[in-house]
Amino acid sequence: MAWAKENGGNNKAAELNYVDRSLDGPSHNFSLMPTPSKHTQYPYVTGSSVLGIKYKDGILLASDTAGCYGSTVRYKSVERLKRIGDNTILGASGEISDFQAITNLLDELITEDWMWDDGNKLGPFEIHNYLNRVMYNRRNKFDPLWNSLVLGGIKKGKKYLGMVSMIGVHFQDNHVATGFGNHLARPIFRDEWKEDMTLEEGVKLLEKCLLVLFYRDRSAINKFQMANVTEGGITITEPFALKVNWELEAFRNPTKGAEGSW
Amino acid sequence: MSSIGTGYDLSVTTFSPDGRVFQIEYANKAIDNSGTVVGIKCKDGVVLGVEKLIPSKMLLEGSNRRIHAVHKHAGMAVAGLAADGRQIVGRARSEASQYLSFYGEDIPIKELCDRVAHYVHLCTLYWWLRPFGSAAILGGYDRDGPQLYMIEPSGVAYRYFGAAVGKGRQAAKTAIEKLKLLEMTCREGIIAVAKIIYEVHDEAKDKAFELELSWVCDESNKQHQRVPADLLEEAKVAAKAAKDALDEDEGMDAD
Repeated sequence: MAWAKENGGNNKAAELNYVDRSLDGPSHNFSLMPTPSKHTQYPYVTGSSVLGIKYKDGILLASDTAGCYGSTVRYKSVERLKRIGDNTILGASGEISDFQAITNLLDELITEDWMWDDGNKLGPFEIHNYLNRVMYNRRNKFDPLWNSLVLGGIKKGKKYLGMVSMIGVHFQDNHVATGFGNHLARPIFRDEWKEDMTLEEGVKLLEKCLLVLFYRDRSAINKFQMANVTEGGITITEPFALKVNWELEAFRNPTKGAEGSW
Repeated sequence: MSSIGTGYDLSVTTFSPDGRVFQIEYANKAIDNSGTVVGIKCKDGVVLGVEKLIPSKMLLEGSNRRIHAVHKHAGMAVAGLAADGRQIVGRARSEASQYLSFYGEDIPIKELCDRVAHYVHLCTLYWWLRPFGSAAILGGYDRDGPQLYMIEPSGVAYRYFGAAVGKGRQAAKTAIEKLKLLEMTCREGIIAVAKIIYEVHDEAKDKAFELELSWVCDESNKQHQRVPADLLEEAKVAAKAAKDALDEDEGMDAD
């Protein structure tokens, strides 16, 4: 970071302000034992895109099950879709360990809410707001949870689908995607999504986009999961594969437009 | 059998010449004056029941809960000073949550009981703290099966088949001893507990009461929850009928 190079390199004091911050531990600016500074975080094991659409009866989320360690597809069975309570599903791309920390936080939240036993349960809107607070506050402390979160749910007939990014940007829409999904899947959604699709139509649309992502996103694998939330409950499918066709015309001579690239 | 501990009862850090700590015994009196709380361990789970005395008609039905979930798999029914009881439940909740966060598994009921008892006992060791004026009956289900414990203000905690505290505890204990708990399922257990509570409720001294029932058993998926509304109704009806039959018998004997 540019500001770290000011003061002619004599900025140990400034560095100490942004040292190791744990999710569960105290977040304060001082430390009895100065540790090596880490101004920026970078993700280690990452998940690729998550896609989400609203359909007639609820929400559908889809993602692949790859955990990449840089350019190595190291883990091939990472579940990136989780159920939260019984009316919300969460999908995350980005750092997998941060996603696990977020799901731990949410589990605590849901259990505490359950113990009130007052006839009311946290719904997707409330969890969206909670996650937004968490992500935004971490970003303000220069210690973000490196995730893009897709949250979908339905409560009392009202459908909700939204996204919270690692810097705390949050919004709701009829269809959302993270990472590469924004570039590859959302244009397809904009053309082909319509109000009140059936489950079959929704699944077909998602499978089309998942296939495109597998063809074009190098950190995607042909092993996907889909999560469905309706008033009747939540189902997360077992991992499945899609039929791929590498004989398509577009894949012949892929460097035609740019000689020398691969 | 009350004795005045003149001079030795001013502080919880003072023993009497015969080795008693009077402040703790006085704390127990607070519980003896509160509504009866009953817990039984059945074949497949634990049932907790509370005779919640209603001091005023202005109170909304269902408010001032006396049975609280401590975690998904455990619940506590408190007797005595309600505010003290809430503190104990709060402590139990953080213990359970912290254990899960640290060890990654649900806190075993024995461990939870030990921690709560430790905390309750702690408050009997310092002159600037007073003992809790409430007892907690803890029921839970872990991999060792269903278990029932009771924690008293002295910090003592035992494991029970059946436990009762509060006004009607003597009568309740006698009734519990008659039950065949080893063969009873929780479905039968809730009817039994409801009957006991209706039986020990003294109509003359305390007018209105609300019955709170909860269970943690195989049928509830090993989760602590309030007994479902239809089963609660069934239990209340059976208990009222049993009580009316009892009153009739007594009425006939009087003639």
